[in-house]
Amino acid sequence: MKISIERNALLRAVSQAQSVVERRNTIPILSNVLIEAEGDSASFRATDLDIEVVDKATAMVERAGATTVAAVTLHEIVRKLPDGAQVKLTDDGASGRLTVEAGRSNFSLATLPKEDFPVMATSEYTANFSAPAPMLRRLFDKSKFAISTEETRYYLNGVFMHVAEESGGQVLRCVATDGHRLARIDADLPDGAATMPGVIVPRKTVGELRKLLDDDDMQVAVSVSESKVRFATPEITLTSKVIDGTFPDYTRVIPAGNTRKLEVDAAEFAKAVDRVATVSSERSRAVKLVLDEDRLVLSVNAPDSGNAEEELVVAYGDEPLEIGFNAKYLLEIAGQVDKENAVFMFNSSGDPTLMREGNDTSAVYVVMPMRV
Amino acid sequence: MTQPALCRSCLTPFPGGAPARCPACRSPRVIRHAELFDLTIAHMDCDAFYASVEKRDNPELADKPVIIGGGKRGVVSTACYIARIKGVRSAMPMFQALKLCPEAVIVRPRMAAYAEASRAIRAMMEDLTPAIEPLSMDEAFMDLTGTTRLHGAPPAVMLAKLVARMQSELGLSGSIGLSHNKFLAKVASDLDKPKGFSVIGKAETDSFLHDKPLGMIWGVGPAFQSSLEAAGLRTFADLKRWDRKDLAARFGSSGDRLWHLARGEDNRRVERNSRAKSISNETTFNTDTADTELLDGHIWRLSEKVADSCKAKGTAGRTVTLKLKRADFKLISRRTSLRDATQIADKIYRTARDLFEGEIASGPFRLIGVGLSDLCPEDQADLSGDLLDPDATRRAKAERATDKIRDRFGKDAILKGRALR
Repeated sequence: MKISIERNALLRAVSQAQSVVERRNTIPILSNVLIEAEGDSASFRATDLDIEVVDKATAMVERAGATTVAAVTLHEIVRKLPDGAQVKLTDDGASGRLTVEAGRSNFSLATLPKEDFPVMATSEYTANFSAPAPMLRRLFDKSKFAISTEETRYYLNGVFMHVAEESGGQVLRCVATDGHRLARIDADLPDGAATMPGVIVPRKTVGELRKLLDDDDMQVAVSVSESKVRFATPEITLTSKVIDGTFPDYTRVIPAGNTRKLEVDAAEFAKAVDRVATVSSERSRAVKLVLDEDRLVLSVNAPDSGNAEEELVVAYGDEPLEIGFNAKYLLEIAGQVDKENAVFMFNSSGDPTLMREGNDTSAVYVVMPMRV
Repeated sequence: MTQPALCRSCLTPFPGGAPARCPACRSPRVIRHAELFDLTIAHMDCDAFYASVEKRDNPELADKPVIIGGGKRGVVSTACYIARIKGVRSAMPMFQALKLCPEAVIVRPRMAAYAEASRAIRAMMEDLTPAIEPLSMDEAFMDLTGTTRLHGAPPAVMLAKLVARMQSELGLSGSIGLSHNKFLAKVASDLDKPKGFSVIGKAETDSFLHDKPLGMIWGVGPAFQSSLEAAGLRTFADLKRWDRKDLAARFGSSGDRLWHLARGEDNRRVERNSRAKSISNETTFNTDTADTELLDGHIWRLSEKVADSCKAKGTAGRTVTLKLKRADFKLISRRTSLRDATQIADKIYRTARDLFEGEIASGPFRLIGVGLSDLCPEDQADLSGDLLDPDATRRAKAERATDKIRDRFGKDAILKGRALR
């Protein structure tokens, strides 16, 4: 193999690959990226056996071929090369080395045979559809904060992507929860998605997927089967196993009968929560909300370090209410609001509270209160 | 003959030295040491503590070999000195102990009685110094630096008085190690058990350690000892030949500590009240079992014990650990962290049960244990419910109500069905 490739294109391809590679590997080949050169492009493939990413970049291919080399090392080298440099990758097949040349820099890296590289088995996808990048970005960005890290509840370690019935018809829905908060985000159902099975997309995949979604004009090809999910742009194909488990019935978690309505400027609210939470350094800091006729008092009381209080003018017309929340959860949820107003629907101080953006029900959050 | 001396019987100090028998009371129990009245760091270790409490409370046991431990499959937690003559040691499997000493009387541990005795001893130590670091119920370090004027007597005298008081008021004996740091004090207390009083002074530290095996160091177990031996390190003399840097390179952070210990140096302070880092409970089965129902019952009872202990101490924890020992003695330990700290038995049980799910296939097991760590005060625990398990809040309330009933009517007033499995 002998190719010449522009440094920035190479950097992009290799950085996507090296982020999939697990840092601590007992199987050496899994630390490597498989480089395959043919026609007028080179592809860079990496896997952790659960996720596989293939990134194609335009290259001048002098001699087609393939080899594997340590992903992290190659990434580090390319990152340190000057912007705009032309990089030559040569693998003579005999020495077992890959040479990397750019200007006056010359590197020789150990390789492993391409035959040893585990390529993910192809899957029969039951649904194939195309979705605009901004839509997928919204679905996953707004839900991922609620993904659980508890390993015993492995079926919560991802975002549940599925088709749901709403009053206005079918929607594409993403749900994540860790038992303390829940996010339910809806989008219009793309053509061809109706046959899709519900899948739990793992946390790491959600993180990798995000890198495909920066371009507003990009259409992403999505393929889903019972066991795998694939997201593809013209350059990058991300294939991932889905979590083998049953996502709990979240519909009964979302309170429908909460009647006490608070409307508040989302940005002001988030800033105020952040300010009062400063006085406490406990891991589970509680913020107390005291609601009365159009008045909200936020307070934090940390016996060891001090206390704080802030008053906000809000729209609230129900009976007085006192309720406590974990400051971090409240901040994260308030941070999801893009619109001006956040609407909170309370029941009692012990029941789950619902939050949405204005009257928009396509993004709904639920948070469990805490004792204060 | 000019070494300062102290009579352990009548507690008379002889700064100018004394003959073999105490001139005041004719007792032969006279200790002599050049630095006797200058050393201030002590380690007190009760002699066969559990067994001594049992013998005290049941005089019939006095001349019999007594082993404290549970069941056939359990291990020896303490053996009295009569049983020790036969070779019985603590941590020895019970069947082996009974083979060595078939006539031994096995007594189930009565932790409440030991805890009470421990508190009484602790109160006596408090009279000597506030700087007490208990290592367990029956041993503690004491720093008596600067207490001579307060007591009108040097530490050695006060320590001899302490063990004399323990004997006369509590009917329990203990051994004292007196030295210039914790490491040597602990080593000293073990030199002349039972009812011992040993002193390691600064002057003889080097010659004392010279040919002693490194296994003597507290914290050097069989595994560490064999890796030390692999490096050709058996005695303190071997250790002293090594360069500080080489030791650090080979043994990491322990290396530096070894370098100091080789020179009899240990600058750790006597820390008052080093707080518990975890609360756990475990049980060894009479016969190995893979019975999921039975194990489930054990997980519940152990979780309940851990929760009870948390509630009694006003503490809670964020990390739940499940410990399993397989029939082949391989130890499996699985842990998970909770978002919210807890002291609720139901929550601990469910978490441990989830951890157990993944290990069912590894059975049969000979031991199971449940532990809680990453501890915090109880007012920071169980503050919020679980969206996906709305019943959890109700169950926690039921548990609190049960606790109240048990407080009034006894532990067995209310039991869960699964506690009977």
